[in-house]
Amino acid sequence: MSAPSSTPATTSVPGPADTTWAGAVRRFLERNLPLTHLLPSRQPFFVGSWVYIFGVVAITSLVWVVGSGIVLASFGPGWWHIEAMGRFVNSMHFWSVQLLFLFTALHLWGQYFMASWRDGRAPTWIVGVLVFLIALVTGFTGYVSQQNFDAQWIAINAKDGINATGAGSFFNVLDFGQMYGLHVAVLPATVAVALAIHVMLVRIRGVVKPIEPPAPKDAAAQATSGSGTAKGGKA
Amino acid sequence: MDTPATYLELGFIVISVPNLLVILTMVGIFIAALLAPFPGHHAIEEDGDVRPE
Amino acid sequence: MSTAAERQEAYHRGIPTVRFDLIREFFLALAGSGLVILVLALLMSSPDDPSVTIQQWSQQDPVDFVTTATSELGGTSFSATYGPPYTDGTDAVQAVGPFAPQAWFGNAVHLDTAQEFVLGPLGMAAPGNPELTAALATYKAADAATQQAWLTAYTDALGSATAADGQVTVPAGDYGPVPVLMVNLLAIGHTGGLDGLVLSGGNFYATNYTAPLLFLGDGGYFPALGESQHMLGSQWGMMNETGSYPGQAWLWLFSMWYQVPPFNTAPNADLLVVMLMGLLTLGLILVPFIPILRDIPRWIPIHRLIWRDYYRWRRTHGGPPAG
Repeated sequence: MSAPSSTPATTSVPGPADTTWAGAVRRFLERNLPLTHLLPSRQPFFVGSWVYIFGVVAITSLVWVVGSGIVLASFGPGWWHIEAMGRFVNSMHFWSVQLLFLFTALHLWGQYFMASWRDGRAPTWIVGVLVFLIALVTGFTGYVSQQNFDAQWIAINAKDGINATGAGSFFNVLDFGQMYGLHVAVLPATVAVALAIHVMLVRIRGVVKPIEPPAPKDAAAQATSGSGTAKGGKA
Repeated sequence: MDTPATYLELGFIVISVPNLLVILTMVGIFIAALLAPFPGHHAIEEDGDVRPE
Repeated sequence: MSTAAERQEAYHRGIPTVRFDLIREFFLALAGSGLVILVLALLMSSPDDPSVTIQQWSQQDPVDFVTTATSELGGTSFSATYGPPYTDGTDAVQAVGPFAPQAWFGNAVHLDTAQEFVLGPLGMAAPGNPELTAALATYKAADAATQQAWLTAYTDALGSATAADGQVTVPAGDYGPVPVLMVNLLAIGHTGGLDGLVLSGGNFYATNYTAPLLFLGDGGYFPALGESQHMLGSQWGMMNETGSYPGQAWLWLFSMWYQVPPFNTAPNADLLVVMLMGLLTLGLILVPFIPILRDIPRWIPIHRLIWRDYYRWRRTHGGPPAG
């Protein structure tokens, strides 16, 4: 087993075994996610497609959602109805949510058609879908927290579906206090944690390799090093 | 922007023009991303910064 | 035993790498998306149709208001008979055969519609109003059968009621103290006081709008407002927004089921749709393990466009070493 190339001097000092929790976490990171993998400066050349930017654009849209949301929360839920600056910040929040879901859907389409769950990446896919689902619930709590006609409408009409599942006994869409608290605190934190796990999984495993063309039926061609396998091949 | 949107009826689908624009924009961006060349990497042998790993 | 880091390096071995600045890409995306959002926000603003008040309801459609209030008093309204989690009863409990999760966790809110929407607010407004005080006393002293007789007769009469100057007039009949109660409730509604009374329930602070929203939703006035904005479930309403703004296009599939049989006529449509969407969502989560679903990317070769440089390189270089 080779030592990681970026091992700092302090961890290679021989002596009594390090039984600290900090040491265990540090060794875990060094084994699974060294900084050179968390923040690489190079990528396999096949990552040269615009499809690969959908994920990061979705993340930056989320940054704008949270940033505008922090401003809205700082001034209270009534501010944007009465102040022009509040209405503007709310507009930033509204359109960044539109962009977030737009690019999340594009990211989903891209990753699906690349079958990015291959080679041990199923957990990355699963966590990614969970991030999307939590974001949907977060958006819903936002819609019912607007304190306008749209909020009244959505709450009154959504309650029956949610109540039908039994969730209505714990998640009262008509309770502004509960919905607002979930929307500005609990759910954004949950989205952030799930998203961090998703990104870490991507960095731990690296980008998935392209789908290999099917092997030719000609056994003789298969015996070569592969120069003929992709020739005129179709998936 | 506060007047109700125009709605299109396409079979059993009833969709607002703004929503349709969003969906068409998404499809357009996806197709553009598939087709548009990504800067610098379309000719891998010519990229002076390529390193074999 | 190899580490994940070593496995990643082995996985990509043999494939040329290029300079790729993740942090710079992040900041470029941040600036780009920020610019788009800023332009959209400046050009198009955001929707903010003002909320509907009980006052507005009582003024714009007093007959509907009084009809709804009468049904709340009689315990026959949609909310009064809803069942879990708001009230006793079972009318709104949806089931698929014996499967009815709505009933598992009981009545969490314990709403008494007669008290919350009618008798409570009237009781708070009664001091200084002898006619109302007497009417309340008469109503509460009567037995349930008598109360129901008054309410039923009054509800029938409201079918041919007329509204003028904010007052509701019904044909003559034996309605007991009910008309006096309703005249006063309507008057309180007109002042805007009922919005506060129904929300606060006698408390100072209020953040839970369950009572006023249920009351508003029980009438015919509020749903009609949504219909003009294409927001009914039968109008793909779940996807739509007020005004000319984009709504929630990502809810397209959820909305679609409500437009098609059997969901569009099923009394338990909500439970059916939620169960179906739950199943489909589970399918999405488990795509990596589902045959056919996980093979479609190979059959619809969009990946050949995405990775065309790689496939071209493979043809000339024979690909990375095996293993």
